[in-house]
Amino acid sequence: MKVRTPLAAAALEPDEGGRYGVYGGRYAPETLMAPLEELSRAYDKLRRKRTFQRRLNHLLEHYVGRPTPLYFAERLTEHLGGARIYLKREDLLHTGAHKINNALGQVLLAKEMGKTRIIAETGAGQHGVATATAAALLGLDCVVYMGEEDMRRQRLNVYRMQLLGAEVAAVDAGSRTLKDAINEAFRDWVASFADTHYVLGTVTGPEPYPRMVRQFHSVIGSEARRQLRRLAGTPDPDVAVACVGGGSNAMGLFSAFLGQRDVLLVGVEAGGRGPELGDHAARFSGGTLGVLHGARTLVLQDEEGQVVGTHSVSAGLDYPAVGPEHVFLHDQGQIEFTSATDQEAIEGFHLLSATEGILPALESAHAIAEVTRRAPGMEPDQVILVNLSGRGDKDVESVLEYDAASGGDAE
Amino acid sequence: MSPRRKRASRDGAIAAAFKACAKERRSAFIPFLVAGDPSLEATPDLLRALVAGGADVIELGVAFSDPIADGPTIQRASHRALAAGSSLSAVLGIVERHREELGVPIVLFTYYNPVHARGVESFAAQAADSGVDGVLCVDLPPEEGLRELQPALEERGVDSIYLIAATSTRERIDRAAAASNGFVYYTARSDVTGEREDLIPTLAREVKRVRRRVRLPVAVGFGISIPEQVEEVAKVAHGVVVGSSLVRLVEENAAEADLAGRLEHRVAELTAPLRG
Repeated sequence: MKVRTPLAAAALEPDEGGRYGVYGGRYAPETLMAPLEELSRAYDKLRRKRTFQRRLNHLLEHYVGRPTPLYFAERLTEHLGGARIYLKREDLLHTGAHKINNALGQVLLAKEMGKTRIIAETGAGQHGVATATAAALLGLDCVVYMGEEDMRRQRLNVYRMQLLGAEVAAVDAGSRTLKDAINEAFRDWVASFADTHYVLGTVTGPEPYPRMVRQFHSVIGSEARRQLRRLAGTPDPDVAVACVGGGSNAMGLFSAFLGQRDVLLVGVEAGGRGPELGDHAARFSGGTLGVLHGARTLVLQDEEGQVVGTHSVSAGLDYPAVGPEHVFLHDQGQIEFTSATDQEAIEGFHLLSATEGILPALESAHAIAEVTRRAPGMEPDQVILVNLSGRGDKDVESVLEYDAASGGDAE
Repeated sequence: MSPRRKRASRDGAIAAAFKACAKERRSAFIPFLVAGDPSLEATPDLLRALVAGGADVIELGVAFSDPIADGPTIQRASHRALAAGSSLSAVLGIVERHREELGVPIVLFTYYNPVHARGVESFAAQAADSGVDGVLCVDLPPEEGLRELQPALEERGVDSIYLIAATSTRERIDRAAAASNGFVYYTARSDVTGEREDLIPTLAREVKRVRRRVRLPVAVGFGISIPEQVEEVAKVAHGVVVGSSLVRLVEENAAEADLAGRLEHRVAELTAPLRG
C-alpha cells in the first residue's frame, strides 16, 4: 500500500479566521499574529506542492514506518464476546506513537520556511521525542518544554530527547504539566519566531495549527479505511474509538469518516480520579466555553475564567482544553464523547497486554477501556476500529506505581 | 469605520489625559500593577501611590492562570494575586470603589478568558458601571476583538485599546489604529514582558513608523524600567508604560510597612524626566 497523506484533500476546512462555527480562531498576542499569518501561508502553499508531499510521504514510508498495520484483535474480540475489534497500530511507528506524523510534517515545513530552530511542548513526552527525532533527522536545533511533574512521570522520554540532541527545558510554573509547557513554548516563540518554528503537538492553538495538525494525521484514517475494506470487507466500521487529550490522534482517525452517518465516532477523555473539577480532564462533561492557547474551545475553568488543574494517570491526556474542531463536530452530532477513569484505563492496559501481547500507551488504554464497555453489547458481525495511538513502554513505571498504590496486579 | 461616536458620560477620560499631557508638552506616564498583588486590601493604597508619584493613566492587570505573554516577574505576581483571591470580579470591585477618588483613567490589562467567562455583555456593563475607562486584552487582536468585545464596550463608552508590535504589518497597524480608542499600545520588544538592560536600538525608528500611520496617541511599553529609558522613550512616544520593575518592587517590599511609600518614591523617580 502506498503512503498518501491527504494534505491537499478538500477536507472540512475552517473559515479564513480558523473558525469552526464559533470555535477556534486566532487569539494570540499581536507579536505572533504576523508569524502565524506567515505560517498559514507557507503551509497552504506547501501542502499543495507535489515535491513536498512526495518528500513527506517518502519519509513516512521509509523512515517512520507507514503504513501501519491494521490488526484484527482476535483474542480481545473473543474475550469481550461482541463486535470484531480492529486496532490501527500507530504504536508501531518510529518513536512509538502517532505524534511523528505531525512532528515530521511540521519540521519539514519549518525547514522549507528557512527556520533553523525548533521548539515544542510535550506532556507524555511522545510529541517531544517525535519532534526531537524529526529535528535530528533534518539537522535543526531543538528545545522541548516539559512540565517538571511530567519529567518525573516520563523520565525515560526525557533522556531519549536528550540523546536525540534536544534540550529539555523544565517548566516549574503552574501545574507543571502540558498546559504550562505550552505557555512556556509560546513565550519562547514570541521572542524567537524569526528563526524558530513552534511545532505544536495537537489540534488546538491558533489558526493554522488545528487544521494543519489534523491534516498531517489524516493519513491514519485514510489508511485505516483502505485496510478495513480489505480485512473486514467494508471501509466503514460501525464504531471508531480514539482517546482525546488535545485530540490529534482522534482527529487523524475520524477525519476519514466525517459525514458518514453510519459510523459512530467516539472520543474518550481522561476521567481521572472522578467527576470533581480538578480530578479529571473530561472537558465535554466538566468544561465550559473559553479561550485558551489561541483557540476558543471547551476549557476546564472556574466561574472567573481561571483555568483549573487537571488530573490523569496519563500525561498525554492531562490537559484542560480540547481541539476546537472536536467541539464543533460534537455540536454537529458527528462525534460522541465519553471518558474512562484512571482505574479503567489501567485495566484496559492490562487486558490488552494479556490478551494480545500489546502494551498500549496509557493514553490509548483509555480507548481500550471504552471498547471493553461497548463491544460486548454489539453484534459479532459489527466492527469496532480503535486507534492504538501509542505504545506503553514509556508507561510501565507509571502502571507499576499505580498498581502498587492500589494493591493491584503488579504485586 | 467603526462607530466611534456615542461616548457615554465620562467622555474620553483617556483621550483627555493624553491631551492634558500634550498641553504640558510631555509624555504620559502609565504604570502597571497586577491587582491583588500582594493582597486585595493593599491594592487601593498602591494605586494611590501610583497617582501621587505622577501616573497619568493606570494599567491595572487582571491576574490570569496562564499568562503566555508575560515573563517571570508578572507570572509570579499573577500567581500571588490569584492565591490572594484576586479575580476579574474583585478587580472591578476595586475600580468601582476607587476610580473616582484616584482621579486618573484606568485601563484594565487582561487576558481574554476571564472576560469571556463572564460574558462580554455582562463584563462591558459592569466595567462601565465601575468606571473602567479602557480595556486591553493581550490575546484579543483586532480581528477577534472587533467582532466579539468591542461593540459591547463601545456601546457603553469604554475604550478598546489594541497592541501594535514590531512584527505588525502596515495593514495590521492600520487595523489596530482604526479599532482603538484612547491610545494604541506599541510593544517595544518582540518578547514577553520583563525588565531589560537596554532598549532596542531601532525603537525610535519603529515608533515613528507607527506614529506616521496612527492618529491616536502611541504609548510604548515592554522592557522599560529605569528613568533613563523613560526619558529616551518619551522623546518619541506620547506615553511610557512601566510594568515589571514596579511589580518587582511590590514583590520585594511586600512585607514592608511603607510599601506604598516606596512605590510612590519609585514612580516619582521614573516620572521626573518627563517633568523636566
